[in-house]
Amino acid sequence: MDHRLKRWHSVAGALLLLTLLIVVVGSAQADPYPQSTLHPKGDFALMVDKLFRTTLFWATLVFVLVEGALVFVIIKFRGKPDDPEPKQVHGNTMVEVIWTAIPALVLAMIAVPTVRTIFRTYETPKGADVLQVEVVGHQWWWEFRYPQLGLTTANELHVPVGRTVALKMVTQDVLHSFWIPQLAAKRDVFPNRSTTLWFKAEEPGDYPGQCAEFCGLQHGRMAFQVIAQAPGDFDGYVGRMQATGGPAAAPATPPVDSAAAKPAAAANALNTATLAATVQAGADTVAGSQLFMMKGCVGCHSLNATKPMGIGPNLAGIGHRLYIAAGWLENTDANLAKWIQHPQTVKHGVLMPDLGITEAEAQSLVAYLRQH
Amino acid sequence: MATSVLDHAGAAGIHPEKTGLWAWITTVDHKKIGILYGASAFIFFLIGGLEALVIRLQLMKPDNNLVSPEFYNQLFTMHGTTMIFLAVMPLSAMFFNFFIPLLIGARDVAFPRLNAFSYWVFLFGGLFLNASFLFNAAPNGGWFGYANLSSKQFSPGLNMDFWAIGLQILGIASLAAGVNFFVTVLNMRAPGMKLIRMPMFVWMSFITQLLVLLSFPVITVALILLMFDRLFGTHFFVPLGGGDTMLWQHLFWVFGHPEVYILILPAFGIISEILPVFSRKPLFGYTAMVFSGCFIAFLGFGVWSHHMFSTGMGPIADSVFSLATMLIAIPTGVKIFNWLGTTWGGSIQMKTPMYFALGFIAMFIMGGLSGVMHSTAPADLQQTDTYFVVAHFHYVLFGGSIFSLTGGAYYWWPKMFGHMLDEGLGKLHFWLMLIGFNLTFFPMHIVGLEGMPRRVYTYPAGLGFESLNRIETYGALILGFSFLVFIFNVIKSTRSKVHAPADPWNGATLEWSIPSPPQEFNFPSIPTVHGRDAFWEEKRAHGGKLPEPARVSGAGIHLPNPSYWPFLAALGVLLLFIALMNHASKLGPVYIFAAVSVLFFSIFNWVFEPAEG
Repeated sequence: MDHRLKRWHSVAGALLLLTLLIVVVGSAQADPYPQSTLHPKGDFALMVDKLFRTTLFWATLVFVLVEGALVFVIIKFRGKPDDPEPKQVHGNTMVEVIWTAIPALVLAMIAVPTVRTIFRTYETPKGADVLQVEVVGHQWWWEFRYPQLGLTTANELHVPVGRTVALKMVTQDVLHSFWIPQLAAKRDVFPNRSTTLWFKAEEPGDYPGQCAEFCGLQHGRMAFQVIAQAPGDFDGYVGRMQATGGPAAAPATPPVDSAAAKPAAAANALNTATLAATVQAGADTVAGSQLFMMKGCVGCHSLNATKPMGIGPNLAGIGHRLYIAAGWLENTDANLAKWIQHPQTVKHGVLMPDLGITEAEAQSLVAYLRQH
Repeated sequence: MATSVLDHAGAAGIHPEKTGLWAWITTVDHKKIGILYGASAFIFFLIGGLEALVIRLQLMKPDNNLVSPEFYNQLFTMHGTTMIFLAVMPLSAMFFNFFIPLLIGARDVAFPRLNAFSYWVFLFGGLFLNASFLFNAAPNGGWFGYANLSSKQFSPGLNMDFWAIGLQILGIASLAAGVNFFVTVLNMRAPGMKLIRMPMFVWMSFITQLLVLLSFPVITVALILLMFDRLFGTHFFVPLGGGDTMLWQHLFWVFGHPEVYILILPAFGIISEILPVFSRKPLFGYTAMVFSGCFIAFLGFGVWSHHMFSTGMGPIADSVFSLATMLIAIPTGVKIFNWLGTTWGGSIQMKTPMYFALGFIAMFIMGGLSGVMHSTAPADLQQTDTYFVVAHFHYVLFGGSIFSLTGGAYYWWPKMFGHMLDEGLGKLHFWLMLIGFNLTFFPMHIVGLEGMPRRVYTYPAGLGFESLNRIETYGALILGFSFLVFIFNVIKSTRSKVHAPADPWNGATLEWSIPSPPQEFNFPSIPTVHGRDAFWEEKRAHGGKLPEPARVSGAGIHLPNPSYWPFLAALGVLLLFIALMNHASKLGPVYIFAAVSVLFFSIFNWVFEPAEG
């Protein structure tokens, strides 16, 4: 290869790389990203995004200038083996002082807004108007409690648009990280100390979030949804959830969480629940309500949002949730039946055991749960 | 200083070099140990690479079930652990071993048998970690092993025992090597090789050893506490027993951040050797390069909590660690500008090592800039634990370290093995690696900002992650293929044996003044150094060229004796840890007694063995 051909070699390689990267960026544009950090819809996320864009601006500027200088050097100072020895330069103090000072100035442009924003992230809003939510991380699902409203739910957090939500978070087991990209950001969750995060949703919508701290086997399946609703809709939701205390929804017995007590508790509760359910719906749901007791579902799950009990997620409102199995499996009848029948196949390692539920039993349970 | 120089011709003829398995097991020659490090590390690198490819195939499409979640968690834990402790660190160690003595004009390292011991402990540690796959119990808690997931309660299997114990074994190897090279650089330099005349690779390696010596004790302590928690039921990191999960994070990152510089400073050193040679100009701003390296290392100990912004440490801590992290950009910027200054006005010779060096600069700039983006704590609350971070540190550790180490391999191959690698295949390797690398890791910036978290074994359809993940997997396959080209190049070049002259690249440092490959004693007589770039200046003083050095008799040159005690002592270390892992079994005390006996017997004999003969 002669010298010129070699140079074309490099130019071709570089151009190929550039083209591929443009394709990458182009194909990135085509997808919708509901979990994006780049389309903030909450005040906390907006504040972070503003800082991110400042940094991105300076980083891009430096990137273009320095990579440009590198490409210039490679083209301009390319030598041949028999070229005379270039001038032997060992350094230049003035130049070195300048290129130490300029980055320092650029960093100052980033540092000032950074420190300002850091302090704002810790100013958790207070006051009666703030909606308090307690978040509890579990392997591998999220529990949400509204102490002001007396409600407990799981994996789907409803919040009113335009009202600040203050989160106070702990975990039942290992570390997790609560991450809601479009509304806030993320904050780790610990067993022995509580952490806080806050946000105010600016517009209604369904915002997916996910655990962001590796927490064991099913870390990849520990998602959740934040549903931001107009204040009126949110009040409706709260009303419905508070009404789940009705006779159809929960056994009259006190909380049961020991496995040994399960059959007895279920048997006690059977009659009340059967009676109430018969009044409300057809045969399928009657069977479902009986199965819910007999198969031991009730040992871990409450169907009453006002009476949290058991070690499993509270199922009040499960019939209307967007997703099941911690925020990732679409809440269709087929999926719900599969999840009830084969939890260890759908999400291996979860606490919910395979209980030997038949296809028909699963259908009845689905029909029953759809009412809640 | 080194042994006396007596090259009387005709005393005993050219010393025959021993080969064969026994010679390798008992060797205390820094060059042989260097090659052992390189070969072992490259194999571990391929294993880590295969793990990465399986990860990429699993993530190629949503809701994939190519591997189980359990196996996936083992894969990413072992990929990180392997690449950091078994690939990049020992690949750097290959260059420390082979080239620090040559670059400072020494016959060997300060403690040759300790050097062999370091290597064997490293190898046994690496084998121990990977043996966990045979028990279907590979570590699965991440390379960072966060408490309290790592506790016996939440990780009941042997997996994290393998991890905690494997890393302790590797820590012994790193600390022993750290002491050795620290002393070697301080004590073994040729006459006239003042500290401020040392080649930049030696400087950066020297600083690296200091980082090893100061940071590895921290992780050792953390691992011992974790081992106590797991094996003996203590509660250092168990909240229910009054322990603290944050303590682990602090201890881990007080080690973990300097570790990043342990991985990248040797790469800086290699680049600083390659760029001047192929620009035919000395390094620009030598003093600034030395001090920026020191400054980076110093700051490296004061920024660990930037890995923990999302833990909510409070505004003061977040601000301090944000600002300290930003400060690191200044000395790093100085390095990049000085590298550009080195090439500026030069006569750039586009040989394979130079491709990798320039590729390194281009990629490392990106890794550095995304690092600055992380340094702003609030923005990091979005980016941490997403693929944006995965992109960032691969631009630093692959775009940085691996590009540099690969460039170093092409640069020093002729010196190490006495024959040239093929230039055409080398450049093909470079372009495939550059394109594959960017296709794999550039999209991760985007997919991370668009909301994809790290360490998830799969993702549902509908979050928009599909197309970018597919591109990443194609890129990873190209990247993997590029290393097949490298292996082919090595095989082809070894067969064809294009003999390498002593100084194929018109080099500047002392290793190019002796034949390729170097003789066992390195230098027939210890050179006297009169300034920086000693060999370069000597050639210039002689009209640009010196005659090819002849291979000479090494008769009368005292070299340390081969010894099998370091190997046996290393075996004793391994056995001791295996025994510790099985302490609860019926024969536990017997195992421990046997292992301690092997260790003590080997060390005893090592101590009373004559070192030279």
